[in-house]
Amino acid sequence: MAENPVLPVYKEIEEQSEATIRFCGDSGDGMQLTGSQFTQTTAIFGNDLATLPDYPAEIRAPAGSLAGVSGYQVHFSSHDIRTPGDAPDVLVAMNPAALKTNLGDLKEGGILIVNSDAFTANNLKKAGYATNPLEEGGMAKYRLHAFPITTLNTKALEGSPLTKKDVERCKNFFALGLMLWMYGRPMDVSLEWINKKFGAKPDLAEANKMALRGGYNFGETTDLVKKHYYIAKAKLPAGIYRNVTGNEATAFGFIAAAQLADKELVYASYPITPASDVLHELSRHRHLNVKTCQAEDEIAAAGMALGAAFTGAVGLTGTSGPGLALKSETVSLAIMMELPLVIINVQRGGPSTGLPTKTEQSDLLQAMYGRHGESPLAVIAPATPGDCFSMAIEAVRIAIQYMTPVIFLSDGYLGNSSEPWKVPDFDKIPKIHVEHYKDAASFLPFLRDPKTLSRPWAIPGTPGLEHRLGGIEKQENTGNVNYEPLNHEKMVLVRQAKIDGIAQSIPLLEVFGKEAGDILVIGWGGTYGAITSAVEMLQKRGIAISCIHLRYLNPFPSNLKKILDNFDTHIVAELNLGQLASILRGRFGVDIQSITKVQGKPFKTDELIEGIFKIARSRGEPKWQENSLASPH
Amino acid sequence: MAGELASIPALTRKDFVSNQDVRWCPGCGDYAILAQIQKVLPELGIPREKFVFVSGIGCSSRLPYYVNTYGLHTIHGRAPAIATGVKVANPDLAVWVITGDGDALSIGGNHLIHALRRNVDLKILLFNNRIYGLTKGQYSPTSEIGKKTKSTPHGSIDYPMHPISIALGAEATFTARTIDSDTGHLGKILTEAAHHKGSTFVEIYQNCVIFNDNAFQEVTDRDTRADNTITLEHGRPLIFGKDRNKGIRLKGMTPEVVTLGENGVTEQDLIVHDETLADSTYAFLLSRFEPPHFPVPLGVFRSIQRPTYEDMLTAQIKKAKEKKSSELKNLLYGSETWTVAE
Repeated sequence: MAENPVLPVYKEIEEQSEATIRFCGDSGDGMQLTGSQFTQTTAIFGNDLATLPDYPAEIRAPAGSLAGVSGYQVHFSSHDIRTPGDAPDVLVAMNPAALKTNLGDLKEGGILIVNSDAFTANNLKKAGYATNPLEEGGMAKYRLHAFPITTLNTKALEGSPLTKKDVERCKNFFALGLMLWMYGRPMDVSLEWINKKFGAKPDLAEANKMALRGGYNFGETTDLVKKHYYIAKAKLPAGIYRNVTGNEATAFGFIAAAQLADKELVYASYPITPASDVLHELSRHRHLNVKTCQAEDEIAAAGMALGAAFTGAVGLTGTSGPGLALKSETVSLAIMMELPLVIINVQRGGPSTGLPTKTEQSDLLQAMYGRHGESPLAVIAPATPGDCFSMAIEAVRIAIQYMTPVIFLSDGYLGNSSEPWKVPDFDKIPKIHVEHYKDAASFLPFLRDPKTLSRPWAIPGTPGLEHRLGGIEKQENTGNVNYEPLNHEKMVLVRQAKIDGIAQSIPLLEVFGKEAGDILVIGWGGTYGAITSAVEMLQKRGIAISCIHLRYLNPFPSNLKKILDNFDTHIVAELNLGQLASILRGRFGVDIQSITKVQGKPFKTDELIEGIFKIARSRGEPKWQENSLASPH
Repeated sequence: MAGELASIPALTRKDFVSNQDVRWCPGCGDYAILAQIQKVLPELGIPREKFVFVSGIGCSSRLPYYVNTYGLHTIHGRAPAIATGVKVANPDLAVWVITGDGDALSIGGNHLIHALRRNVDLKILLFNNRIYGLTKGQYSPTSEIGKKTKSTPHGSIDYPMHPISIALGAEATFTARTIDSDTGHLGKILTEAAHHKGSTFVEIYQNCVIFNDNAFQEVTDRDTRADNTITLEHGRPLIFGKDRNKGIRLKGMTPEVVTLGENGVTEQDLIVHDETLADSTYAFLLSRFEPPHFPVPLGVFRSIQRPTYEDMLTAQIKKAKEKKSSELKNLLYGSETWTVAE
């Protein structure tokens, strides 16, 4: 408090169990930074949280335009949460365009903080407002706080040697300071961050600190804000925590996997949103035996990773949907050569360039079937940002144990979102067993392990094991070129059987809720949080509903069919037009209902509840017609 | 291990012959190239298990099946990328790429130029027969304009590429040309290529007896060979011709063929071949020579030294390890953690 010269003004403190805040502004306003700083402080404070960064595809769309609005939503609580929140309780809008694109999401009665200085005639026009919305009746349903943030920030920075423009650029930290005050968070995490970031530029560091404190003190002293809020720490399992995004956890997981296998990691990739952060993260860790190569294109990236896999490294490539399409020929070769190639796909909205910065789960069918020939491989999908770590290790484990390519299906939401992550005890993670064949006398390149059906991994440099692998069909055992019809059929079948057999090595599905009931909701990948939250709410209302979440998509866990049989109605909720649903229908002959969404955004819990009700009612389930359950609200 | 290696008897050609039946057409130029490769490899003092042959798709790309080393027969055009992965994963291996004019210059053009400019230590042998053989006779990126093939019954309207020009433009550190019919020269160039450290590009004129027979007749025919080719030798003037009386002189930036003894021209006026020039302009100029105006240069166009991709990568790793602990836990915990008590 020594740094706060103003006497604290007593204000009411209201305790809440959770809150959702969204920061939004121009893409040059630093909203991603503001959001991630608030998140970091909140994580260290001890709340559970989940975030949703939402930024435009254009790096700097014209200032003040609707297209240039960037947002960052954080949901934090004193209890276990799994989603970034359906609708914000607090919206911080730094300009009219941000207000226009985000106001519709704000809860009725929610707090709306706007930078009134930005509501100039010019900015209003760019946002398509004929008149100033702050001066109109439409705001009555919100608790509007129109603060001249630019002016307040300039005042707080009085005496700074920075230019007027640079001073103005600090206003995001003013807004951050205000929000830290509003939720009773300390400033030290951000102050420390500023020291590190701007250490070499003391003027800039000082200005950002002044802005942060200015915002905080403004909250403390202004008469315009009557109270602030307190959200107690969440009761998370004991352990050491950090905040992690899915892309970070993915990178960490693959580094860990390579160490568990006692291998070098070779990551070859071509820049593509939203997967580039995996390349950036891995490129920083040469000291951990990570060799990253930025390839000339997606195809080369896959080729380099394949060459590395043949040579005995953990060969990894990463991309998003369009890049996976380009890699598919190489993936087919890896299937034919039976080499442990791992492919990360951080899915985005498609087809084509589609919505490059937004999330979608529409590459499932591509991952499963998007190749020529009969070309089965393993497909897995992490469920949460932190789960990316565990599933990365699984990807490498399966690839090596079964000598097969593995596709790791993340998505833009998982990749960019963050959550508190209990750092695993690395010493307790099982090692990945690797056996390179050595015995020249008994070596045949395609002689299979009778249990896993995998072939030996013999790497260049091993005397006496010189052999050739190619894309042409092989004779069983010897691997010699062979075009005989029955041999081909035999090899196609054994490659399929090998992939099917992976089911023996993956965990059984656990049902969330009762093992049998009326409705089973089925999800996969990054929708875990929203689906589980929705089902939990319905369970609390006495509905016989359960859910399962698939992290292994090919092969499926072996108890999937048994679980399906225990429910009357099956609903797959996914961010595509029903891709998993159609796979399940084909595989199990089960009548599957679909909840789908393709808006580039994750599911909201309310949307899922509504969708589940709609399906249940349409199927004439009498108890769903009762008035008490007729509406999700 | 060192003792064991020393006790291994010297390798011979036979050690590099695989048990696979060679399935090229009778009379194909590929046989001569395979034979020279199998002759050169045992002379390099490299254990057999350290060789990896990587190829794409096409007639030439079948070669790895016939060489008893580690090998990959991969995807059309992608061999340089896959070979880069092999070399990056284990820089200790001797990695050779076998490709053709369609494989390297058409579908795989991008990978070829990037492997070359990165200076990955790959020995890339491009078998240029100026035709698509395996798909039964369509024109290729090196086919001459006007060429009539199954896909160009009215004659090709594509201007051809000069593989050596491409390699030089892509910053290959070793660029050479040789020909299947001159086994002595072929063997010599392959040996020089093997000893070069860095991106190595060798164009080998190769005759396709079925779809493009005698494509290189003017440079192989006994009667015209001497007048239509010039053998590049480092430090020697550019002299050629049946009577060794023709030479190449520079007039400004323009080369011209001159006759020694005519108009007072002596050896002193001729270009002296220097394959070590840092500037690739001269080598590029040579790469444009073609009959009828100029002889086809055979030999090493340019051979320079610069750090290889894999060595720089290894050096970065070494340096990073000196600076930072290789303890994974440091990465996992990061700089900001908090503890939740029991």
